[in-house]
Amino acid sequence: MEVALFVPCYIDQFYPRVGMATVEVLERHGVRVTFPEDQTCCGQPMANAGCLDDAAKLAEKFLRVFGAHRYVVSPSGSCTSMVRNHYGPLLGARATELTGKVFELCEFLHDVVQAQPKGKFAARVGLHQSCHGLRELRLGTGSERILPARDKVRELLAGIDGLELVPLQRGDECCGFGGAFAIDEESISCRMGRDRIADHERAGAEIITAGDMSCLMHLQGLIRRDKKPMRVMHVAELLAEAEARA
Amino acid sequence: MSAHAERAALFLVDQPRSAWHDQAVWYVRQKRDRAARALPEWEELRDQASRVKSHALSRLADYLEEFERNATRMGATVHWASDADEHNRIVYGILRDHGVTRLVKSKSMLTEECHLNPYLFERGIEVVDTDLGERIVQLAKEPPSHIVMPAIHKKKEEIGELFHEKLGTPAGLSDPQKLTEAARAHLREKFLGAEAGLTGVNFAIAETGGFVVCTNEGNADLGASLPPLHIACMGVEKIIPRAKDLGVFLRLLARSATGQSITAYTSHFHGPRRSGELHIVIVDHGRSKLLAREEFRRSLQCIRCGACMNTCPVYRRSGGHSYGVTVPGPIGSVLAPSVDPQKHAGLPFASSLCGSCTDVCPVKIDLHHELLAWRAELAREGLVPRWKRLAAKFARLVLGTTWLYRASGWLVRRVVPRLPRNLVYARANAWGRGRELPEMPRDSFRALWKRRGQP
Repeated sequence: MEVALFVPCYIDQFYPRVGMATVEVLERHGVRVTFPEDQTCCGQPMANAGCLDDAAKLAEKFLRVFGAHRYVVSPSGSCTSMVRNHYGPLLGARATELTGKVFELCEFLHDVVQAQPKGKFAARVGLHQSCHGLRELRLGTGSERILPARDKVRELLAGIDGLELVPLQRGDECCGFGGAFAIDEESISCRMGRDRIADHERAGAEIITAGDMSCLMHLQGLIRRDKKPMRVMHVAELLAEAEARA
Repeated sequence: MSAHAERAALFLVDQPRSAWHDQAVWYVRQKRDRAARALPEWEELRDQASRVKSHALSRLADYLEEFERNATRMGATVHWASDADEHNRIVYGILRDHGVTRLVKSKSMLTEECHLNPYLFERGIEVVDTDLGERIVQLAKEPPSHIVMPAIHKKKEEIGELFHEKLGTPAGLSDPQKLTEAARAHLREKFLGAEAGLTGVNFAIAETGGFVVCTNEGNADLGASLPPLHIACMGVEKIIPRAKDLGVFLRLLARSATGQSITAYTSHFHGPRRSGELHIVIVDHGRSKLLAREEFRRSLQCIRCGACMNTCPVYRRSGGHSYGVTVPGPIGSVLAPSVDPQKHAGLPFASSLCGSCTDVCPVKIDLHHELLAWRAELAREGLVPRWKRLAAKFARLVLGTTWLYRASGWLVRRVVPRLPRNLVYARANAWGRGRELPEMPRDSFRALWKRRGQP
């Protein structure tokens, strides 16, 4: 199986290790990874600002770069959702050229590869449910929905020895990143983030993990400002480290 | 900064208070969860409710006329108001013609939206809100901060002080039971002296011409039964086709709103009471504009349960008043721009688009997608701040050109770590006010990938 890797722009520039960890995890499960070098950004920042014309240009580019691939995998629920759920108004009917091709990493491992990662990672970890993975991609059952509880990320982490997922009081509240929201509503954004961190802290988490590095970039910014003894790890990094120690 | 962001920042200055507000409202969300989980068919009910509302909206004009015919047949007088102004004129006209100077009102967000109280007050009519929460904010001369719990922003001690000042309760009294009893005694006098009662409408049934009002205090029943004149005000979207559809909505409404299985009073009105008069005022006030717009139409399915406010992480921390509109929170941020896009252009941005509102909504309004659609609409109308539009153009240029994107990334990663901290964290850096920037790595992912060599 071969996949084209889509590395969101901010991960490419600021969190290269998350990209590398994604490659390691995919390869460990027998997936061949290519990286189309003309890729940049899915266009979500502009679309969320309402500037659809500007976002459309990047959607075109994304289609040009990835349209011919059978599978496109990305370590981001939010960017995956952008392509899957919000390209309609930008590309019209051509958006369907990407239908069924673009996957978030955990979703791809769980649904397509049907991976059951094994490894060792001894730590108390708080799982932050990134909203777009949870509610736009349905990687799990959000607390609002009265349906059988499922959680693909949790299932992937279930086979890791020593990893203890700590119970949170608010299991899937938003961290307050929200793209430009973090700037537009800076006070509320930071408050939401600090409240999330406090929840993880009370539960005794040493590490906060999530499927979206953007949530973690925001939380990490707050943790470092407040000098908290915690750190953040993308779920790909966590899986890569755990599996390397298998 | 948008008006919402400014008011939200002010609300957050008193951190313990904001945290208290967040927890108080979250508690209601948790009650909703428990009540909803008690019904295994919850998601089917949501589907059903959404379909009924969507159907009703698709034939709204027909159903409204059917409702009018049936209501008239039972002796009610139906009035039509295209906007808030006309609504207020009609209500005042009815009161004036009947020589009414004292009106009791049960909770009606529509009349709040139309600013009926000050309109009537200026014309010499005493209006008393009889819902406890509404009475509290009325005495405090404040607008409601939540559509189901209008005084949720007030602590019991503050209500004690207010009642001490306005109702003469003993100083320092803050026992909720005692305060409620004091309000009850005070309101009983108002009920007995009233010459007319005004209620809202939760559901208007086209097939029968009857309507339903849900309250927990029975105040709508007193207001509609004691005085000889009953005025009921409703938005055009309150219509449901058949009486048997009610079961779906009544099961969803109270559970979503407060976690009760049903409101304490669910009162059905079919025509005026004996020797009384019933007037029904049907109001548009921007709703038909939403109906005409495919991307915003579903917002008219709203049954005003307030669940989207209770779940909204922004609402809980910024308080209802930060929205500057009668209906706050996610649904309010979708509805408000249709009435005045310029004034409320900031509201669709007062959301992290987490989507919790969409999943909690009992009638399945895709709230966070409608907020996103409003952003695009506002941008089209030129109502998004200039700097944001310029930033989007700039981002399009940089991100749309691979070599420029790579060069810009390289530059940022090299330059930012070398700059003095007070320059990087200058006031203009809104990110850096409360947070650290990410640490800048030497290499991008694509550089690492290249170095690793293709497998």
